[in-house]
Amino acid sequence: MAENLKCSHCNNPATVHLTQIVNNKIIKVDLCESCAQAKGVTDPEGFSLADLLSKAPLTPESGQPQITCPDCGLTTADFRRTGRLGCAACYQSFVPLLRPALEDMHAGTVHKGKVPEVALSRQTNVAELKGLENALQSAIDEEAYEDAAKYRDQIRAIHQAVEAGKVDKASATETVQS
Amino acid sequence: MIESLLKSDKAELTQSARKGSPVVLSTRVRLARNLVGTPFPERASSAQRSDIMTRCAEQIADLPQMKHGTFFDIAELSDLEKQVLVERHLISRELCESESGSGVFINKDQTCSVMINEEDHLRIQFLKTGFNLRSVWKQMDRFDSGLESELDVAFSHEFGYLTACPTNLGTALRASVMMHLPGLVISEHMDKVIRAVNQLGITVRGLFGEGSDATGHVFQISNQQTLGESEQGIMSRLGSVFKTIIDHEINARFKYLEENRARLLDQIGRGFGVLQNAHVLNSNEAMNLLSLMRLAVDFEMLPEANRSDVDRLFIECQPGHIQFSAGEGIEPEARDLCRADTLREEFARLPALDFDKMNKLG
Repeated sequence: MAENLKCSHCNNPATVHLTQIVNNKIIKVDLCESCAQAKGVTDPEGFSLADLLSKAPLTPESGQPQITCPDCGLTTADFRRTGRLGCAACYQSFVPLLRPALEDMHAGTVHKGKVPEVALSRQTNVAELKGLENALQSAIDEEAYEDAAKYRDQIRAIHQAVEAGKVDKASATETVQS
Repeated sequence: MIESLLKSDKAELTQSARKGSPVVLSTRVRLARNLVGTPFPERASSAQRSDIMTRCAEQIADLPQMKHGTFFDIAELSDLEKQVLVERHLISRELCESESGSGVFINKDQTCSVMINEEDHLRIQFLKTGFNLRSVWKQMDRFDSGLESELDVAFSHEFGYLTACPTNLGTALRASVMMHLPGLVISEHMDKVIRAVNQLGITVRGLFGEGSDATGHVFQISNQQTLGESEQGIMSRLGSVFKTIIDHEINARFKYLEENRARLLDQIGRGFGVLQNAHVLNSNEAMNLLSLMRLAVDFEMLPEANRSDVDRLFIECQPGHIQFSAGEGIEPEARDLCRADTLREEFARLPALDFDKMNKLG
């Protein structure tokens, strides 16, 4: 047993030694009694090293990029304190901080699962429709009726595609167990 | 407000224990979802939170799976009512503590609950008794697709579904089973199992208590990682680990039976006697006795038909349920009397233990 191990957060002797395989890498962390407690390692609710590594260390580290999310105002300090992000846009702002953390936290860093196709195409459609409606209005304003008719057809086509692409909610009933 | 949930004779967890499911009590799948354009609940203003609640509630109420479901505004529930819902696994402790603008939808048979403005805008859960990963996921997938066809969920092709905590990114899927593992606990193998599965990125925690000798020997086992693996990948990995744990548990039970037959029969017999005759029972003792009774069903000493009674009592003997049915704010000591009364009544109805069945085994 290595007796001289120091806690990775303070310099007290480490008495709690954790090993976990995350993303095919062995990760080891040594903590003293009080840091282990503060980190929730002894928490009966269970804990994971992934969580532990993602949470802000007890002492602030210097040299971290100072980021503020333009959408919700979350700062690097906020993120390090809570381990949580403020809004969807944070995921663009905080990429430099996130990428390395995700490697230790998850099996990979790129999503491999379900994609919400309907919601995504609707969001694209909304943006496209807005552009077409603007173009239609200015075509009408300029009395360019041929162009206007073309835009109107395109708008109609998108509306029809949206209707056709909607998930048939009625079909979902059949698997609901009674 | 919640009386109808408790009186329901169709509630999944308390009324329909799966036949021949000796180790796994129930299977649960949860997804986290957020809507674009509004900060996550913790950073949203109260106006934004109530806007999210209104928008989501409208769509959720429309889904066929929520037909005859009920919506509860958390602000309108008493502390005791919230505790009862937590004990039934329908809401989380975090939701109980949330500010205004949080709520939960619960469907008729209590297999599905959707929390609004918990850590994420939406936390969807499907739950079934028995070992049922794939069918529970199928139901969840349909429900989620139904929601997504109406709501703009926050998603990125790189990170998947965007969640308040990066530990939930990607699929935002947490799949778990509730396992009854008396064999592994008694044979002192539980620590080893917890360490081994932890190393595979799987979390084990006691349902009613702490660490490796959790009260009632009931553990919740779930995946930790959500990004970089598909839903199917996560579930097939979990599925094979769960099957291994089940095998170890069954082996441990038979080994214990072989080596300590008289001791095991004595424990179950005494446990049955206590449940039929005790007048004061605290929560821990009740859970441990019920654990022995579940084992008695597995060994066919009690009829299979009584499995769901034992599983129901696991839920109904928790402090919130006992207090709620007593009807008033009673002291913990009075609670122990009520619990003993309930159990005495229930176990008076059961047939005597069939020790012959056990003697034929092993």
